[in-house]
Amino acid sequence: MTHEGSEGLVVDAEVRRGSFLLAVSFTAAPGQVLGLLGPNGAGKSTLLSAVAGLTPASAGRITLAGQVVDDADAGTFVEASGRPVGFVFQNYRLFPYLTVAENVAFSPRARGMGRRAARSMASHWLDRLRLTDLAGRKPGQLSGGQAQRVALARALAGQPALLLLDEPLSALDAGTRLDVQTELKRHLADFAGPCLLVTHDPLEALVLADQLIVLEGGRIVQEGTPAHVARQPATEYVAKLVGLNLYAGQANDSEVVLSGGGTFVIPDQGQHGDVLVAVRPSAVVVSSQRPQRSSARNTWPANVAGLTLLADRVRLSLEGQPSALVDVTPAAVAELSLGPGREVWLTVKATDLEVYTHAEGQPA
Amino acid sequence: MVTSTPSRLTPRERARRAARGGVSRSVPAPLLVPALIAAGFLVLPLVGLLIRAPWRHLGAALSGSDATQALILSLWTASASTAISLVIGVPLAWVLARSSFPGQRLLRALVTLPLVLPPVVGGVALLLAFGRTGFLGRYLDSWFGLTIPFTPIAVVMAETFVAMPFLIITVEGALRSADQGFEEAAATLGAKRMTVFRRVTVPLIAPSLGAGAVLCWARALGEFGATITFAGSFPGQTETMPIAVYYALETNPDAAIALSLVLLLVSIVVLVSLRDHWMRGGSVS
Repeated sequence: MTHEGSEGLVVDAEVRRGSFLLAVSFTAAPGQVLGLLGPNGAGKSTLLSAVAGLTPASAGRITLAGQVVDDADAGTFVEASGRPVGFVFQNYRLFPYLTVAENVAFSPRARGMGRRAARSMASHWLDRLRLTDLAGRKPGQLSGGQAQRVALARALAGQPALLLLDEPLSALDAGTRLDVQTELKRHLADFAGPCLLVTHDPLEALVLADQLIVLEGGRIVQEGTPAHVARQPATEYVAKLVGLNLYAGQANDSEVVLSGGGTFVIPDQGQHGDVLVAVRPSAVVVSSQRPQRSSARNTWPANVAGLTLLADRVRLSLEGQPSALVDVTPAAVAELSLGPGREVWLTVKATDLEVYTHAEGQPA
Repeated sequence: MVTSTPSRLTPRERARRAARGGVSRSVPAPLLVPALIAAGFLVLPLVGLLIRAPWRHLGAALSGSDATQALILSLWTASASTAISLVIGVPLAWVLARSSFPGQRLLRALVTLPLVLPPVVGGVALLLAFGRTGFLGRYLDSWFGLTIPFTPIAVVMAETFVAMPFLIITVEGALRSADQGFEEAAATLGAKRMTVFRRVTVPLIAPSLGAGAVLCWARALGEFGATITFAGSFPGQTETMPIAVYYALETNPDAAIALSLVLLLVSIVVLVSLRDHWMRGGSVS
């Protein structure tokens, strides 16, 4: 075990829930915000509840701040109430019959602090999260953003060594989400321990997390910095999230033969074997006739299968060898009279292709 | 093609249908007639009670019997059995709702049996268990000199036996339907099991707890069969209101009616206090 690991969170465990199996291995260092990104049912919430002690691991161990909190093989288990963990639940789960101040004082009280000490601890956190004015309100009288801050204050007031956030912004409407997100980022920066942040919103992950883990079907399919994951997605799911076309294929110096059909010319960097190719939808040019072919360009015919209007552009879904999502202006749709079934030519520069290898569970 | 002749639709009915939608809400005759009979059957006897009540000398009728004694006995024994039910029944409800062990279903069935058991049978059973020669009462008598039957303690026991299941099923239902997410949240905040129960579970089910307690109290107050079998009817000792009414009917009908009015009043108060919980759709959550 590394020194860093002994300070933070080390998970090397399997959690079985019915027929679903979560098998993960990772560490989170103190001060680090580790984003857990993945589709519904990937095991993100299961992972949080295992770390919190709400679900025991079926194999392996979980170590927090140098202490083993769950070891399935040795049979040791620290109950949720005994773990120094702060958990911000998806719907906050604020106690509806307690005031904001009583909610925040709950953890210090439960962890054995006297009534007066707990109250002053609560008022400290209410102050830090700008909640003092709301201290006497009941959770039912709070806005979404306020409830989110109360949930965070309640989790932090227990002085946890680890913070768990389960989709902290998903219950908010789009308008308040940005403000709350900015503020949450500030509070996470102040938190000394490691923080696990579950989300299925790529923007949230990119903005809030220092490091990302992508979970799919109970496995880690990619880890790396948000920038890395956004540029070189390892799976179709991540590519879709960050809005990239992703192709798997076999590289052979200056060419990639795509496994789904088609070939890309790439800048020759001596790459061989299995690679992934990521293409931005805006990097693909659509023309009505076959353009002049050049060595640095990839050109292929495709049929328009669908059109979707995004804010200021139109996303075309095109079927061909390979199929692609391409962004064009609404004007181009009119000029090229694009509609379902229309045949067009697609062109992408070799230098606009992001070609990389990917080994499972490791940054490429 | 329109297959029936048009009927008149009043403007008021038009407005109602426009606002709430839906088709006609008039009741078909085959349902209306039995419904009216049922309603009349339930309401008319109470009207009879009100008509025959000796309103002029109500005070005299009440004081002329052992009414005050019986009322006081009824009130304190019903309250005591409710308190006992809360102290031991709520934990049992928790065990039935939240833990699992072999024989749990059987235990639940046995615990709720007094709900359907004729109270007299309950009284006989109590007598056989706690009576002087009962298999438990025998030792209470010989070791501690404690005789339970035909004492106020027996009244409390009979009432608890009959009324506690009402509290248990109400609370168990509430525990089952309560959102356990709050209890999980409390655990992550450092609360141990007992703290979770005290500071999260109980406040969450407080409305059902209150409703269950009122229901239990009302059932205990009206208890007759088990009480008269196990505790007898000694005025001032074990003669509760229902028993007093029963005996007064033979000797002093005016007093019986006056006592009945008192019980009716208490029942109405109970019903009003429960209306939010039971009258709106009647669910047990």
